[in-house]
Amino acid sequence: MSAANGGYYLPEPSKWPVITSMGLFTMALGFVLMINETAAGKWLMLLGAAIIIYMMFRWFGQVIGESERGIYNDQVDMSFRLGMGWFIFSEVMFFAAFFGALFYVRQLSVPWLSSGAEEQLLWPGYEGGWPTAGPKGPALIAADTPVEAGQFSTIGAWGIPAINTLLLLASGVTVTIAHWALKQGQRGKLIFWLAATVVLGVVFLFLQAEEYMHAYKDLGLTLKAGVYGATFFMLTGFHGFHVTMGAIMLTVILFRCIKGHFTPEHHFAFEGVAWYWHFVDVVWLGLFVFVYWI
Amino acid sequence: MSEAAHHEEHPTGISRWLFTTNHKDIGTLYLWFAFIMAVIGGLMSLVIRSELWAPGLQMVDPHFFNQMTTVHALIMIFGFVMPAFVGLANWQIPMMIGAPDMALPRMNNWSFWILPFAGSLLLLSFLAPGGGPSAGWTIYPPLSVQGGAGMDFTILAIHMLGISSILGSINIIATILNMRAPGMKLMKMPLFVWSWLITAFLLIAAIPVLAGAVTMLLTDRHFGTHFFDAAGGGDPVMFQHVFWFFGHPEVYILVLPAFGVFSQIIPTFARKPLFGYTSMVFATATIAFLSFIVWAHHMYTVGMPLSGELFFMYATMLIAVPTGVKVFNWISTMWRGAMTFETPMLWAIAGVFTFTLGGLSGLMLSITPADFQYHDTYFVVAHFHYVIVGGSVFALFGAVFYWLPKWTGNMYDETLGKWHFWLTFIGFHVTFFPQHFLGLAGMPRRIPDYALQFAEFNVISSIGAFATIAVQLIFFYLAFKAMRGGEKATDQVWEGAEGLEWTVASPAPYHTFATPPQVR
Repeated sequence: MSAANGGYYLPEPSKWPVITSMGLFTMALGFVLMINETAAGKWLMLLGAAIIIYMMFRWFGQVIGESERGIYNDQVDMSFRLGMGWFIFSEVMFFAAFFGALFYVRQLSVPWLSSGAEEQLLWPGYEGGWPTAGPKGPALIAADTPVEAGQFSTIGAWGIPAINTLLLLASGVTVTIAHWALKQGQRGKLIFWLAATVVLGVVFLFLQAEEYMHAYKDLGLTLKAGVYGATFFMLTGFHGFHVTMGAIMLTVILFRCIKGHFTPEHHFAFEGVAWYWHFVDVVWLGLFVFVYWI
Repeated sequence: MSEAAHHEEHPTGISRWLFTTNHKDIGTLYLWFAFIMAVIGGLMSLVIRSELWAPGLQMVDPHFFNQMTTVHALIMIFGFVMPAFVGLANWQIPMMIGAPDMALPRMNNWSFWILPFAGSLLLLSFLAPGGGPSAGWTIYPPLSVQGGAGMDFTILAIHMLGISSILGSINIIATILNMRAPGMKLMKMPLFVWSWLITAFLLIAAIPVLAGAVTMLLTDRHFGTHFFDAAGGGDPVMFQHVFWFFGHPEVYILVLPAFGVFSQIIPTFARKPLFGYTSMVFATATIAFLSFIVWAHHMYTVGMPLSGELFFMYATMLIAVPTGVKVFNWISTMWRGAMTFETPMLWAIAGVFTFTLGGLSGLMLSITPADFQYHDTYFVVAHFHYVIVGGSVFALFGAVFYWLPKWTGNMYDETLGKWHFWLTFIGFHVTFFPQHFLGLAGMPRRIPDYALQFAEFNVISSIGAFATIAVQLIFFYLAFKAMRGGEKATDQVWEGAEGLEWTVASPAPYHTFATPPQVR
């Protein structure tokens, strides 16, 4: 049923959702088996991931095709906008759980462990403070001191993290310039600034990976380094994963721009991805302030 | 019917159900899934009640008992009540707001088809070494960190169920905000639609937090993090905070759609417009807001600063105000109405009555010093079954009887419907009312054995449970009978019914409102 003549748009029955669910199930089952040391688990997980990636090409491909044939009206466009907006809100709440854990540990549980009866009876001599890997975790030492076994140090805010902040903020600007260019119909400018955004995102990820290797090799800062390591790597790790997703999405949009998709009036996919990119940007600002800086 | 025939084209056989993008098909799938899960979860409750039939250990070993209490709860919450209300939302919201379908129909199909796979993953956990999850549905660490692989199955199942809920909720919000017929202003929407709009917001805000909590659990179990381990600076109580930040909105997720159902049924059979429509909307929104600032009332006894105990106590008590507004409005709607008592109305009245009792025991539990006595006893079990079964499940029964004629085109058997209602209603109270006394006397929950003095009330409770589940056979018979035939329903179905869904044919054609109706 087409919506081009002003009616509602109703898609035909689709086989992609149920295939996606099978992929999700295969991946989840494989993951569970893998972490419980079952040999087949890894392959099952990869199979599930392959199903999901294949589905994405086909399902999104179908939607892009329908969009380019012009059968989506303004109402469909608004449904997509609402969908993307609320999806990003759900992502915000996912990060809120980890930020909440960080604040809880810093403000409540570590001070409790290092004072009063808990300190005297359970963890004598534990001084608390932040960063900390807990009473039995590796000890914190000053930055720039050689780290030995049973010690860890942290990554300062004003090295790579500050550079990464600038990179992401700059990428927020470049994607906005690209959006302006799209609205003015300047295709060359659009492609240039969108490509610049992708490059900034990839450089961010490269620096983040460098930083992780440094943390693991030189600083003794690992996922297992007490609650500091746990919050540090889970927050920055999930953020990095979202930047990766965002960069892939931007790349897809870049290819679509090169192929001549989108008009100055209709380009929801571009805007949806741009919103997502701003979202990972804002999460990073929270990380920079609360994980790296203060 | 006949003029609608050309609207009825769709694939047949299994592919109709696998690939459908039709809100009515997907609503049916959700309701069937919920029904199957309710049977599985109901049988698990019988295992629990059999073991508790007498003191001592007789039927199952304690570890399996723990798995039963855990999985019974997870299945009833995530597999039965939530999907059943999403099924109602799928069937009814587009018809109630004059839309042809949900806003994002393919995603709608995906939201449903995740569920059977997620449910299978949860049940597969029983095959894992060590069996299914046994840490209670709240999966508190350190117990849940120590459990076997069954806990990993559960965590991943919770992730999948969460994805389904978030996608379903996004779809519901987009539908309500974007697909209303011309003239269907927000403040003209039926209360069921309003309730779901707010519930969907709660789901999108709360479920990702649960995802975060179980992710931390997973990394603590397998990847060496110390979120919930004091030796590494973490805190097992932190899990409880994160979990209940999800968990408390979750209980309103379970019950707000039920409030919406009551608000549809009661005016119909009182033959009066809903009393205090605007205050109903604002009361629902207020409950939703409060649900995010009361979570720690589930954990008064784990240790919290006094200021925390006080804040959460007062905030919790505040919920009684908007809830009281709603109960007042339902009663005022019935006041001097031309009431009749068809089966849906019986369920609605019984639902309001039973939920109010559950609300009052909730008020008792909200008082911190009193809760120190009630915590983790059968009083809590009685309380939440009064609100979840007495509120949500009674509303589901009411909704099924209310809308079944619209779905199937056939009236159900009113006499049998009333029999089913009374037997279930009495059976429910026989099961759960004695549990208040057990809890007040100190019987702990989630323990397969108990002291001798609790024997009588436990026998009564078990008899009630078996009777309640047995009489559900009447419901199966009623529902199947109405699906297969019977007295034809009119389009209006109920004399006092108002709203767009009663303007379309019974059974509702495959596609309704392909051109938008004009709402005055």
